[in-house]
Parts: sequence; C-alpha cells; structure tokens
Amino acid sequence: MPVIEARELTKTYGELRAVDAISFEVSPGESFGLLGPNGAGKSTTMRMIGGTSLRSSGRLLVNGLDPEVNGPEVRASLGVVPQQDNLDNELRTRDNLIMYGRYFGLPYRYLRPRADELLEFAQLTEKAGEKVDNLSGGMKRRLTIARALVNEPRILLLDEPTTGLDPQARHILWDRLFRLKEQGVTLIVTTHFMDEAEQLCDRLVVMDHGRIVAEGSPADLIRRFSTREVLEVRFGSDRNAALVDRLRAFADRIEPLPDRVLLYTDDGERALEAVRHAGLTPLTSLVRRSSLEDVFLRLTGRSLID
Amino acid sequence: MSVSTRVAAPRAVRGWLAANSSGNVGAVIERGFAVIRNQNWVIMVSGFFEPVFYLLSMGIGLGGLIGTVAGPGGRPISYAAFIAPALLASSAMNGALYDSTWNVFFKLRFAKLYQGMLATSLGPLDVAAGEIFMALFRGFLYAVGFTGVIAVLGLATSWWALAMIPVALLIALGFAALGMAVTSYFTTFQQMDWINIVLLPMFLFSSTLFPISVFPEAVQWFVMAMPLWHGVELMRQLSVGHFEASTAVHLGYFLVMSVLGVAFTTRRLRSLFLR
Amino acid sequence: MTDSRGPSLTPRQDSSLRGRGRPRGVPSELVDSNDLAYTGRAIGAGRQAALVRRWGWWYQAEWRLASMKAYWTTVVGYAGLTPLLYVVAMGVGLGTLVDGASGGIGGVPYLTFVAPGLLVSTVVMSAGNEFMWPVMDGFKWGKLYFARGTSPATPGQVAAGELVAVGIRMAAEATLFWLVLVLLGATDPAWSWLMIPIATLGGMALGAPIMAFSATREDEGFEFSMIQRFVLMPMFLFAGTFYPLETMPAYLQWIGWISPMWHGTQLSRAVSFGLPLGGAEVALHVGFLVALLAVGATLAVRSFRRRLTR
Repeated sequence: MPVIEARELTKTYGELRAVDAISFEVSPGESFGLLGPNGAGKSTTMRMIGGTSLRSSGRLLVNGLDPEVNGPEVRASLGVVPQQDNLDNELRTRDNLIMYGRYFGLPYRYLRPRADELLEFAQLTEKAGEKVDNLSGGMKRRLTIARALVNEPRILLLDEPTTGLDPQARHILWDRLFRLKEQGVTLIVTTHFMDEAEQLCDRLVVMDHGRIVAEGSPADLIRRFSTREVLEVRFGSDRNAALVDRLRAFADRIEPLPDRVLLYTDDGERALEAVRHAGLTPLTSLVRRSSLEDVFLRLTGRSLID
Repeated sequence: MSVSTRVAAPRAVRGWLAANSSGNVGAVIERGFAVIRNQNWVIMVSGFFEPVFYLLSMGIGLGGLIGTVAGPGGRPISYAAFIAPALLASSAMNGALYDSTWNVFFKLRFAKLYQGMLATSLGPLDVAAGEIFMALFRGFLYAVGFTGVIAVLGLATSWWALAMIPVALLIALGFAALGMAVTSYFTTFQQMDWINIVLLPMFLFSSTLFPISVFPEAVQWFVMAMPLWHGVELMRQLSVGHFEASTAVHLGYFLVMSVLGVAFTTRRLRSLFLR
Repeated sequence: MTDSRGPSLTPRQDSSLRGRGRPRGVPSELVDSNDLAYTGRAIGAGRQAALVRRWGWWYQAEWRLASMKAYWTTVVGYAGLTPLLYVVAMGVGLGTLVDGASGGIGGVPYLTFVAPGLLVSTVVMSAGNEFMWPVMDGFKWGKLYFARGTSPATPGQVAAGELVAVGIRMAAEATLFWLVLVLLGATDPAWSWLMIPIATLGGMALGAPIMAFSATREDEGFEFSMIQRFVLMPMFLFAGTFYPLETMPAYLQWIGWISPMWHGTQLSRAVSFGLPLGGAEVALHVGFLVALLAVGATLAVRSFRRRLTR
C-alpha cells in the first residue's frame, strides 16, 4: 500500500490554482521529490499532506487516512521540516526538542534521552544550552530536522531543506537525510536545487504552475527530456541572440539564454569543434553532462532559479 | 548644530562635533515628518485621548465624591481643576520617555533604523537631536490639545495657563534627554521593563491625584526629590496664576535636569548608537 | 561547523550501513550510526494521536507556561509591586480625600471599596494585553502556532491551550494581588479569596474575543493600540472601578454594563466586603461573563482554524 496517495489533488486561493489536479503515489521507504521553481505549488502540497492546509478538491490519503478527517493520527506519523524555521526562540536548543515532543504526547522520561540523542545526530550537543537565536543558519536547520524526528515518524516532509545553507552545511545535512533513508524513513523533499534532487531522490515529479509536468527517476528524466551532454557557449551578451540561427545546425536542440547559448548534443566536444570550424569563436565554452536543470528548461521553457 | 557654531567653537569642541555630527539634523527631522505623514492620523490623534479620559473619569466620577481640595496657595479648587495640570505634566513625561526609551530601543535593536542612518554622513548627535526634536513636536501637539480641553472645561482660571504649553515642552525635554541616556545602558527588553516599574510609582505619588500631605514627612521629602512632582506643582501654579518662591525652584529643577540630561546623553551617544 | 560528537548514547553500530550510498564530499568521520529514526522507544503514532486528541490543549498550555518561565521574575515583580503601589496610592492617598469629604463609599472606607475593583481591573487589563501581541507573534513573527500545526494537535486545541495558559497566569496574578490586599487589611479573607476565580473569569471573558480578533490580523496595524486606548483604558477608567458606576452621568454608564471589568468588580465587591447583591444580579454578572467567554472562545477557535489550515 502506498504511504501517500494523491488523486486530482487541488488547492485554489480565489482565482489562483496553486495546486491543479495533481496525482501521485509514494511507496514506503521511497525518497520522493517535488521539484519546481518558487510558486509551483510544492509547499502547498506538503501542507495538505500534513492537514495544515485544507484541499479544495481531490482525494488524499496518508497511511490510508485522510489528513482532514484524521489529522492527529496523520500528523503523529509525520515529521515536518517547514520551509522557514519556526523554532521557539524563547527556549534553549535542547528544550526546543523536548517541548516539541510534548505536543505529541510523549513523556519526559522518553524525551530527555531522545533530545540528547537527536542533538548528537544534529551535531549540536555542545549547543544544548544555547539560545536558539545564537545558532547559525545551518545549526538552526539541523535543529529543525532533529525536532521533526522527535516522535520517530515514518514519513519525513522536508520543504526546501537546504535553501540558504553553505555548501559544507548542505553536505552534512544530505548525509543525515541519507542515513534516515537507509533506516527506512520515507522522505518527501521539495527543492528547487537540481543537485539536491539528484542526491536525495529516488523518484521525482517536476511541478510548474501547480501541475505535474513530468515524473520519473533523475536519470530517467534526463534520458527522456535531454541529451547526454550540453555545450554552453558565450559570445557576449549583445551577440548571443544574433548567432542562434547559425548555431542551430550544430545541435539536436538549442536554448538561447540572456547570457549564453545551450547546445544539446550527445557529444559536446565534437559540437564545439564544429562551431569553431564554422568560424564562430565563443568567448568561453563549457561541455558538461545534462542535469535536471536542463530537463526543467525543456519542460517549462524557464530556468529554475530566476 | 549649525556650521557657524562649529567654526566659532574652541578646537576640542570642534573636533568632537565633527566626529559626532554632520550638521544635518534636518534630514532626521524630515524623515520624522515623512513618517507622521504616512502614519494613520488615528494613531496620532488617539494619543491625545488618554489624559482626557483620565480627566473625565477622575474629575467627574471621583470629583463628585471629593468635592474641593486645597490648590496652590491653599485656595480651594475643584478636584478636576486639581488633577488637570498634573495630568498634563505626567502625559508630557510619559510621551517623552516613550519616544526616547522604547522607541529608540526598538529602532536600535529591531528595526535597525539607526544603522542605516549612521551608515550615511549622519553622526550620532544628529540622530539623537532629531529624535528628541520629534518627541518634543508630538509633545507640543498634545500639550496644545490638552490645554484646550482644560480651558473649555473651565478648569484654568488664569492667562498664565497658556504658559503650560512651553513648560510641558521643558518637562518633556528633561525626561527625553535623561531617558535616552539611560537607554544606552540597556541591552534587552526585560531591562526596559524596569523603566515602567520606576514610572508607575512616580505617576501615582507625585501629587498627581492627591496632595502629598497624606504621607509621613520622610516620604514627602522623597517625593519632592522626584522630577515629576516639580513638574506637577509648576503646572498647577500656572493653571491658576499663583506664584511663590517654590515656582522658581520647580522651574530651576527642570532647567538643571534638561542641561544635565542633554550633557549625559551627549556623553553616552557613542555607546548608544555606535555599538 | 564543528564536529562536536560526545560519547554516543545509542552505541548500536551497524557497520554494514557505513559508507553505503553516502553522498560525495562527506568525510566518513562525520557519519555515525545511531538508529535514529526508529529507536523503538517512542510510543506508536496511533497512541500519540489518541493522547493528543485528549490532551492536546494541555500540551499547548504547558508550552506557553514554559515560555513564560524565561521572564517570570519580571512577571512576579510586576504582579507583586503593582497591587502594592495601586493600593497605597488609591486606597491610602485618594482614600484620605474621599473618606475626609464623604466618609467612605456605601458605608465602607474607600480603600475597602476600591480594592476589589483594582484587583479585577489589573487582572483583566493584563489578560487583554496577553492576547494581542503574543498572539500575533505566534502567527507572524515566531510562527510558533504553525510549528504546533505540524503536531497532532488541532487548531482548536491550540486556541484552547492559549486560553488555559493565560487563565493560569491570571489566577496566579490574582492570588498575589489578593495576598497583598489581605496583608494590608484591605479585604476580609474569609470569602474574598473568591475574587481569584472571579478575576480570572473576567480576564478570560475579555481575553477570548480579543484573541479571536488578534488571530485574524495579518499585520501589526494600529488596531492593538486602538484596543488599548479606546477599549481597555476607558473600561479601566469608566467602568466603576474607582467609584460606584451610578456616580457617572447616565449617558456614560453603558460603558460599565458592557465591560467585563464592571461585572467582575461587582461580584468581587460582594465577596470582599459584602456589597449587597440580589440573586438575580449575581446571576446576571456571572451569566454575562460566561456568555462572553463562550462566544469569544468559539470565535477564537474558528479564527485559529481558518488561519492554520489555509
């Protein structure tokens, strides 16, 4: 049985269709991603799963229960990491974990050792008595994740878990999430970072304007919607657009961006050679493998991070 | 701080001024007026009602039970006439202190407004002078309004009552300067609460609602050392046009307090704004 | 970022998991193997949900009380000092004037008359404030109500818990105030302890509708200042706290009738110095407060639900 099952799930705010009849399923232990730019409807979907946003229509089951009918039961099996940290600034680090656990009806004799354990997991043991205000951004994020684990949830909802963190902090966080996955926790992650989706997700849906525009594993999506390699060339911002028509001959598909032109081809080096041979010498050039960024560009005609 | 005073001042003062002021207080004041223009007028006007409510409630309700009390020079006056000038003095104090303590603290710690100001050529002296000016401007509006209410209710019996308006500004200046200096020592909101804990007894006991003669003599001396008592007594004397030697003492108290307060704040400017 | 691991509390190391599928770029010494997701010690989700369905409101109250601990010295200092100052100023200071001019009010000295009103109005004002900025903080600044939304608790339980927590605090404030009054001989302790539940009820009756309103506010406008200046302040000054309501001109007496302060004060006067109240009057005062609390609490639950499930 899928742990999450959404059919024609819809949320409207007045005229705006924030989530527009999306359907998906998540299996137990799976790591599932919702990928899309800001405003695609990812966070709203997450909140509907936790029953903290009421859907306008459609069907939604979490562990076979409707979050709007069995909110307490559903939320007791979820760990939620919201997009913005909402830690309790009036409490200290360790007390944040304990008091949050109290909301789940957990007794102090369970929560005290659990809090110490989670602090260690989040590498915050030395900060146990610190005021939350004094923690760095990465530390607060790890504390929020630790907090989401206090009730030993089977499903973890992570809304943009690493946005705003430095590269090292992100890697440490990914490692922590990976370990949860190894232990059989179902991860549901929203992100607008390609590398994050590629690192964390077994399977993902690409969302845009409240709709699902594609679904599959990261490798599968790249195979279906992009070429193996991409050649990026820059001729200077005033010349890029003028050369697009001439560049078309050298690639399967071409994407002109304001600052550069992307040439989709299975062999980037050969394409670059051909471009040079035709007397077009780019200021800079780069050959790389296709990523989900390219998939998104193909599907929506827009870049993920604007 | 105009340019001419800077040129005429001795070298040490000139150096200090140059370090703390760009002479552009006007910009801070202009911002203050821009805020007032954008603000909902209801907020501005509502501040005027608090002393009026007090006057109506106490004057009408309690006045009926108390009748007359001994006013300046021992002449009996109605209870409403007794408390009206006192309410003007304490509202001048409250307004000035609110603007120079909570307001400054909030802008300093949370809105980070002064950080932006001090990143320009403005110096801490400009910011402090501008804020005190704005506090006095608001105080002036309320003083005019409340004096009008007193006059309409027939609670002022002398033309000297008009002098209550500039005196309200003097009281406000003394408290604003002192309040800003004290704020420079505070780092948390919890500490700011102590200001209220000092203010409440001062308001209740400085002969605002009843004469201090009900207290034992030792307590009376203590009350008489407090600034608000002098403000209240001075206002009361002005409202009926009765003057005696103590009038000069009250006035002198506030002149000295204002000078000392401004000097104190000036000394603390850097620790207040540049930390 | 520092690697600050102390001795592991769950020393179960599963070496087969180590390093498998670890993302690139993570040094292996940063990885430990606590079986974090399932220690198996937590009660199951079904049991958690059942507990929260029953006790969710109390968990919320517990949190609010815990967060008050941070500044409890100020709260207690304030709650102890305020009554002392007010009672000395109003009872002794003003009392000298009133007793001298008219020999007290209704046959009792002014201090005795004014003490119950001061107790009730202090508690009610304080409850009113407690449901303005702190509620906005929960939705807007700290967003802690949203954190609560992700726990099994329902929005209604969050609202109820807030009411209960503030109620407990009001009862504590009222108790402190009552003790001061007893020590100063301003009240007869035999029955006047009933002022504690009366003042708490009055505070809740005013607080619940204010909370319902605060929960609908998206931004800090001037509404809260307006409530303070044009609702709380006039209630304090015109609702018969300092003198019998009948002393006011008839056209101002309605302020008292709709004010929870006046209803609470009248009841408190009855238990404090035996102000004669008929059974119908008692029923009217209690009924007004209970009805206001019920309506306010219903509205508050509704606005919390709307806000937390958008």
